[in-house]
Amino acid sequence: MRAGAEVATGAAWRRLALNALTAFTLLFLLAPIVVVILLSFSSGRYLQFPPPGFSLQWYERFFNDPQWMTSLWLSLRVSGMCTLFSLVLGVLASIVLVRERFPAKTAAYVLILAPLIVPGIIIAIAVFFLFARLDMIGSPIAMALGQTVLTLPLVVVIVSATLQGFDQRLEQAAIILGASPLRAFFHVTLPIISPGVISGALFAFLSSFDELLVALLLASPTTMTLPVRIWTSVTMQIDPTITAVSSLLIAFAVAVLSTAGILRRGRG
Amino acid sequence: MQPALAPIPAAEERLSAALAARRGTRSSRTILLILPALLFLGLFFAYPMIDIVMRSLSGAGGFSLAHYGRLVAHPIYFRVFQITFEIALTVTIVTLLFGYPLAYVLVHCGRLAAGAIWACILLSLFTNILVRTYAWMILLAPDGVINQLLGAVGLGHQKLLFNRFAVLVGMTYALLPYMVLTLYSVMRGIDGTLLQAARNLGAGGGRAFWHVFLPLSLPGVVGGSLLVFILAVGYFITPRLLGGAGDQMIAMVIEEQVELGMDWGFASALAILLLLLTLAGFLLYSRFVGLKSLFESKL
Repeated sequence: MRAGAEVATGAAWRRLALNALTAFTLLFLLAPIVVVILLSFSSGRYLQFPPPGFSLQWYERFFNDPQWMTSLWLSLRVSGMCTLFSLVLGVLASIVLVRERFPAKTAAYVLILAPLIVPGIIIAIAVFFLFARLDMIGSPIAMALGQTVLTLPLVVVIVSATLQGFDQRLEQAAIILGASPLRAFFHVTLPIISPGVISGALFAFLSSFDELLVALLLASPTTMTLPVRIWTSVTMQIDPTITAVSSLLIAFAVAVLSTAGILRRGRG
Repeated sequence: MQPALAPIPAAEERLSAALAARRGTRSSRTILLILPALLFLGLFFAYPMIDIVMRSLSGAGGFSLAHYGRLVAHPIYFRVFQITFEIALTVTIVTLLFGYPLAYVLVHCGRLAAGAIWACILLSLFTNILVRTYAWMILLAPDGVINQLLGAVGLGHQKLLFNRFAVLVGMTYALLPYMVLTLYSVMRGIDGTLLQAARNLGAGGGRAFWHVFLPLSLPGVVGGSLLVFILAVGYFITPRLLGGAGDQMIAMVIEEQVELGMDWGFASALAILLLLLTLAGFLLYSRFVGLKSLFESKL
């Protein structure tokens, strides 16, 4: 009986220690994000914590600064192009990878997924050497093409997973009933796999919008994406405007994640 | 208007064609749809990678190993590799120490708590890495939140930023989610009835954990550690912003050489070494965990 009680207290202590450790780890994960968001609404003139009061001054400064706005628009353009490129190439490639058997299929897989494994800095200098040779440093299209190397595999992974769950007989039925393969694809297959395609597009856009290394090496003084602008501000001085930009980027990531989560639930 | 009532022979023909395509007996033109992606990656990824190899192996008069020789000749570059390994190894151990208990709780707790933990992990994973690093710059600053807390409990002001400590904190923060995701994917597959059996046979909770659960979770420990180590070795943004003069990692040297237009051949040689290290790591990873789980966790 006594031994049993001791075992029980031992287990209780273990549970308490485990819960305390979990709480600490969760605090560690959340604290930086919460602090940045709180500071972005600070009325203080520098980064004092806790903030002396509420204000939208840093958001106003962000949206009224022509340099930040130029970077925002450039980022939206680059990420838009990048999403378009990776979506078109990725959806087409996924169809073949999921449905067809052909020689060198493994090699095709390796080529398409390899950018996920190669360290980001290596892809960045590889793309930089190419566009330096083509004299395209500072070109938004070059940035979009370079980032597509990173986002194309994401789209292929996400869209392939959706295509695998697609009942191909639906498409065959449409073809038997007289639809051309193209028509069957656009009217039957695409609507059914659209949650996967939209998720792929969202993650491609988010990764490109957040991407620093390729954009940093391909940037020129007049073409700096949002992350490149943050990078140069952070390395120069600690400007509280960055807390506002950061909070907007966090909100954007949360929006993308929740949308993708809702799409996934809808599918299941 | 579609011909809904097509003549039966035509329908049969279409059906057999469709079925043949499905079996893969007829070489379908569909295969051509993969060509744009392959051409794109060939031009913008494979060719530039080959270009890096060529640059690393070229000298003034054609083929040369001079760039690799420079790596061996200067102890400063040996030191960079040493620092990189020190940082990557420490980060791996710390993420394991914090990640293992968290993954364990995640597998065993109720749905509500699991939802809250997932929210924290995913929020941190999907927040821009620059933003996460900037947040630590604010927290660790001389008059930052952590120093204020330390001052309040009488520990005075510490130098927390631009040193090894800051690099380790920032990188642990960035890589912890990868550790937890890998551990979780393995722990989730452990059969709970085995633990129940151990307890029915008289093992206490601790004994059941050490003799049953822990050994079964080892593939996750190995996989998570390898993944975190590989990712840490190639890190650039966090050590560059949070580190001091003594925290120069491989990727930082590569970027510096290219950015400042110093020696692209030498940068290429460093890049090839970093790539080989990474590939060796992933080879081990695919042995222990399989690459499929990797691509899932990367999302």
